[in-house]
Amino acid sequence: MSTEPLLRLEGLTKHFPIRSGLLGRQVGAVRAVDAVDLAVEEGTTLGLVGESGCGKTTLGRCIVRAHDPSGGRMLYRWPDGSVIDVAGLKEKELKPYRGQVRMIFQDPHSSLNPRKTLREIIGEPMRAHGYGTKEEVHARVGDLLDRVGLRPEYADRYPHAFSGGERQRVGIARALALSPRLVVADEAVSALDVSVRAQILNLLTDLQDESGLGFLFVSHDLGIIEHVADVVAVMYLGKVVEQGPTGELYGRPLHPYTEALLSAVPDPDPAARRHRERIKLLGDIADPAHVPPGCPFHPRCVYARDVCRTDPPPLREVGGRRVACHFAEELELRGVPDPDVREDPKVSA
Amino acid sequence: MPADDVLLEIEDLRTHFLLDDGVVCAVDGVDLRVRRGETLAIVGESGCGKSVMARSILRLVDPPGQIEGGRITLHRQDGPVELVGADKRLLRQVRWRDIAMVFQEPMASLSLVHTIGSQIVEAVRLHENVGKAEARERAIDMLERVGIPKPRHRVDAYPFELSGGMRQRAMIAMALSCRPSLLIADEPTTALDVTTQAQILELLRDLQAEFGMAIMLITHDLGVAAQVADRMAVMYLGRVVEYGAAEQVLAAPRHPYAQALLRSMPRLGRASRTRLAAIRGMVPPPFARPDGCTFHPRCDSAMAGRCDTVTPSSVVVGDREVSCLLYDDEQQEREERR
Repeated sequence: MSTEPLLRLEGLTKHFPIRSGLLGRQVGAVRAVDAVDLAVEEGTTLGLVGESGCGKTTLGRCIVRAHDPSGGRMLYRWPDGSVIDVAGLKEKELKPYRGQVRMIFQDPHSSLNPRKTLREIIGEPMRAHGYGTKEEVHARVGDLLDRVGLRPEYADRYPHAFSGGERQRVGIARALALSPRLVVADEAVSALDVSVRAQILNLLTDLQDESGLGFLFVSHDLGIIEHVADVVAVMYLGKVVEQGPTGELYGRPLHPYTEALLSAVPDPDPAARRHRERIKLLGDIADPAHVPPGCPFHPRCVYARDVCRTDPPPLREVGGRRVACHFAEELELRGVPDPDVREDPKVSA
Repeated sequence: MPADDVLLEIEDLRTHFLLDDGVVCAVDGVDLRVRRGETLAIVGESGCGKSVMARSILRLVDPPGQIEGGRITLHRQDGPVELVGADKRLLRQVRWRDIAMVFQEPMASLSLVHTIGSQIVEAVRLHENVGKAEARERAIDMLERVGIPKPRHRVDAYPFELSGGMRQRAMIAMALSCRPSLLIADEPTTALDVTTQAQILELLRDLQAEFGMAIMLITHDLGVAAQVADRMAVMYLGRVVEYGAAEQVLAAPRHPYAQALLRSMPRLGRASRTRLAAIRGMVPPPFARPDGCTFHPRCDSAMAGRCDTVTPSSVVVGDREVSCLLYDDEQQEREERR
């Protein structure tokens, strides 16, 4: 590779201290993100999946620097080709970075200020970053609304006049206001209804095709991630346990946790129900404040052996993918079957 | 005459909310039947009235909402009872003992200051003449059946001490503690992770096999419905637009809304980065219900001059009931040919 990726994380770590007692002494730490290496390329989408508490949201928030990382590096490539570690930048030095890396939030009802008009909401980042004259901002707000599929005349209305899907479009317009190069979308469509969700996903894909945006798409929904992502990273208790191209990872997972996640997704295909196997997962989500020794997934893993209880598996390269499992080569894990093969019995039914 | 195996029969149910700005017809003429021991999934987007419909059954709709008309008949072993005009005494009897309900957010429906066990004991003792010790044993037994580890210990736990999945299990244990003949589950897994969701759905299936109760599952997720439902009703703007065997509705939906809903879902195993077939427009605001078929402004098969004026009634098409003029015509044609 001649060029650096748009953003590369090296050993990114975020620990939250657990304090207790009168003096507020630190008694432990929640390892929300623990030494994560990942890269987002220009014009592509990195999907981040995992259960709640796996650290995917914290990771996204570290990238936009809403959290300060506790360790590791975040190497961002500027348009001129220079690469800067933004993990160590101070608040004051972050402004240009924040103009290029924007975020779309989950809840369109709480992430828009109800007392401001769409023009003010979408214009805000432009004003903060000195985008241009008032007239230029006005014109751009109109353009942006048009681009996300809203009528420019709506600019002087307030968020309450809009439905959830429309508000999410406003949130997207705001994220795009400064022509960012990287957008972090944290559960950006999870709060929306199915029919509206499809509209928003299509919109995001179109925007990426038009302007070569890099996306970090954080979601617990494997269906959505498969749909939008070029590369998928699966997180468990703050660590990436498997990462690879979407099709390969879904077709033949290498980590037992990926297999368990895939087996848990409810499929509306009635044929799949007959073929369905029981979900291979034991117990409940582990507590990130008490990460088990050895492989963090071993208490829930149906394939766990003695070595898993003691030795933490490193994230290593297996067949062009990365996986953190001692037995990645041995296990024959089930992915998502080919829908065309699967649809046959439906015809005969 | 209802067939023998019908447990709950809803006829032309209308629940309206009388607000200052107008009347919201949240449920606007729903006909449904739940058979004994089977699972009926009610599917639809938010605002389609599925939750209000379910709450109407137990008369849990808060004012300004009120049931404007229709009948809800529960066929008990000792004869049918009518729930729409039922008095408080009858309702108290029916709730929990005949029909129990589980909600989306267990933390909001469990008492925070009582232990799980004491809440189950209270429910059992309100409805059955059993002693404290026996009720407690029943609670422990139920907690064990819903897969809560160490039930003898957890029976004295407070809801905040349990994880989301465990809380939902406790909620289900409580709902089933009086052996209801119908369990209404309103988005029981929506607040949970996929893995926990799969476990809870499996649990519901197992419990149904064991206790034989009917389940009415309300969900916006067609995938969830596919996992557990025997029958399925698709709702749009307060009406049931399609009703039939779940497998067939999912395999070949007839109503254009049901078809569009199924197409717009991202499904595992499809090629990634393809465009999803979105339903155009959005659910209209509650005060401005379109005339005629309420789906016609978003429908690709809408017939100008018909769908925007004529309200479709439910017609039987093959193995299911569909409320769509497309099929109305077909039926007429067939009759004419005869």
